[in-house]
Amino acid sequence: MPSQIEGSRAVAETVALCRPEVIGAYPISPQTHIVERLSTLVKMGALQRCEYINVESEFAAMSVCIGASATGARTYTATASQGLLYMSEAVFNASGLGLPIVMTVANRAIGAPINIWNDHSDAMSQRDSGWIQLFVESNQEALDVHVQAFRLAEALSLPVMVCMDGFVLTHAVERVELPTQEQVDAFLPPFVSRQVLDPAHPITIGAMVGPEAFMEVRYLMHAKQRAALQAIPRIAGEFAAAFGRDSGGLVRGYRAEDAETVVVALGSVLGTLEDVIDELRDAGHSVGALAIRTFRPWPREAVRDALAHAQRVIVLEKAFAVGAGGIVGQNTRLALEGLGIEVRDVIAGLGGRPIMAASLRRLLTEPELPSLSFLDLDEALVARELARDSGPHAENMLRDLAGRT
Amino acid sequence: MPYQVGSFAVGNRLLAPELRTGQADPHRANAITSGHRACQGCGEALGARYVVDAAIRAASGNLIAANATGCLEVFSTPYPESSWQLPWLHSLFGNAPAVATGIAAALKAKGREDVRVLGQGGDGGTVDIGFACLSGMFERNDDVLYVCYDNEGYMNTGVQRSGATPPAARTATTEAAGDHPGNVFGQGKSAPLIALAHEIPYMATATIADLHDLEAKVVRAMGMRGARYLHVLVTCPLGWGAAACDSVAIARLATQSGLFPVFEGTRGDVTAVTKIRHRVPVEAYLKPQRRFRHLFEPEPRADVIAAIQARADRTIDRFGL
Repeated sequence: MPSQIEGSRAVAETVALCRPEVIGAYPISPQTHIVERLSTLVKMGALQRCEYINVESEFAAMSVCIGASATGARTYTATASQGLLYMSEAVFNASGLGLPIVMTVANRAIGAPINIWNDHSDAMSQRDSGWIQLFVESNQEALDVHVQAFRLAEALSLPVMVCMDGFVLTHAVERVELPTQEQVDAFLPPFVSRQVLDPAHPITIGAMVGPEAFMEVRYLMHAKQRAALQAIPRIAGEFAAAFGRDSGGLVRGYRAEDAETVVVALGSVLGTLEDVIDELRDAGHSVGALAIRTFRPWPREAVRDALAHAQRVIVLEKAFAVGAGGIVGQNTRLALEGLGIEVRDVIAGLGGRPIMAASLRRLLTEPELPSLSFLDLDEALVARELARDSGPHAENMLRDLAGRT
Repeated sequence: MPYQVGSFAVGNRLLAPELRTGQADPHRANAITSGHRACQGCGEALGARYVVDAAIRAASGNLIAANATGCLEVFSTPYPESSWQLPWLHSLFGNAPAVATGIAAALKAKGREDVRVLGQGGDGGTVDIGFACLSGMFERNDDVLYVCYDNEGYMNTGVQRSGATPPAARTATTEAAGDHPGNVFGQGKSAPLIALAHEIPYMATATIADLHDLEAKVVRAMGMRGARYLHVLVTCPLGWGAAACDSVAIARLATQSGLFPVFEGTRGDVTAVTKIRHRVPVEAYLKPQRRFRHLFEPEPRADVIAAIQARADRTIDRFGL
């Protein structure tokens, strides 16, 4: 049924329909509304046979999920930003153990300087953790991908991270189609674990593995992630057949088939980007977009197929590898290896800086772009601070900024 | 009651069958089976064997264990060999209490509360890196028995100081060097008293010198629900620099000197203490251990020994030992 509700609440309602049995909950903005709503649903009895644990840290939240998942329970948690970093050791552990935990990451910047607004630095910091990482563009897609995430995680026995832009999506009230319990039950069978702690059949999980097999165990994770490249579109296809909506999958092109310039992007910025593309198309520019819906595993072949005809690829990303450049850009270059296509990294929207249509219009009509650039960067502000040799950077720069007006 | 030479510990064969330890039962679970790689004389291996078998018996075989990284984990699972005859999960160094919480939560959600949960770790994993998870598990009163095997240092990584290392003890990060050799006075924490302050249903300390008492406390803890804590002093021949054959004797001297109080508590109150029957000066405990050798040679450090004796005296007064 259509509902006009906040993104976080819609995610919580949908997660509840997936019948998680254990939820490890710890608050952090902008994810908090998700665990708040789930708490209420459990308390009200709307979500039954579910243990909701208020833990003392994100590290404990993931650890509770690890213990519960290994005991055969469907488990869920949500976090963002510093919280994701704080649980990072357990994030790697969950994937290493092959536990199908589903986690929402309400994407937010990483400090210092402390900043609660949206970018993708948190999820990108965990890109090598062995988790599947799915990015969503809208609240509708967020709901749909959560349902798919449990299917995917349990089919492959791998944990799945659903990445949705903090505030931009989590706090946006918009119309979504909430699935019904019957629909979700038909799509998502009860969890049957491939490894379960059971006194009737005692097993050891988490043994030390030495040089004789460690490479193979780690490679297995890679092999499973590559297998996910088939499972993700298959499950998205089954979802489309059951629910009538195109959500999830590996990549999605927008007017990209015949475009000379294609912008690669992740998450909610696709909305603004597509509006700009429509305008520029009307004005005769040959531009399109490619949404990366699955970032891990990296859909190298799908990206290559979608971009093979382009003359120029601009990778617009809300995170970067400090001292190197774009992260999605590096992956895109890997996908386009040998095709001779020019790839330009554009870092944008860090710490919640709005990515304006006017800036995108300028970017897309710029004939020459450097290999790496930062959209709407205040270069004078940076230059002034670089010339200083004392004081804390962030505070100096804020003072300079205040002094301008 | 009859007792063996040098202690009041009672030999099983002198006891009526119903008073014998679980370990005397040929049908015991033997949940940490032989062949593991613990050092000779390892107090942790001994303590854990009694704890796990007693807990399994109390749970009628339905027990799952979560284990922190550390000696107990490393020496028991050089895979494909595993000593564990019960379902056993190792995740990380600092999260065993939270992993145990997750196991208990899953069992509750599935209506399998007949299956019980044991968390275990060493003192590093429990009182240092895992302390936030332990405190969280306590304050939520999660249905877990957590056992800390305290050998007073990071022994698995080569004997470094932990928050449970006693003053003056030599470790690789508190060397017997300088004017104040060994670990610093005035630091460290009492995890048992902090556990008690959480007002959990049950907490107790024990040592490998009184294995009847250890088993009895496990059984008592398993008879309850909610968060329960057992802090077991276990000798480490390697880290303490003591003879493997002296592990039990040294653990006994720790209690007889008053340095390690054996007590029980419920809901924030100390409810029972084990009185010292043969009190010994702290030198008797310190002398057989190389980690304290710098207190006796090349120059005797009567001042430091007196400070350690003062700590023991205070503990004896405080607990009424």
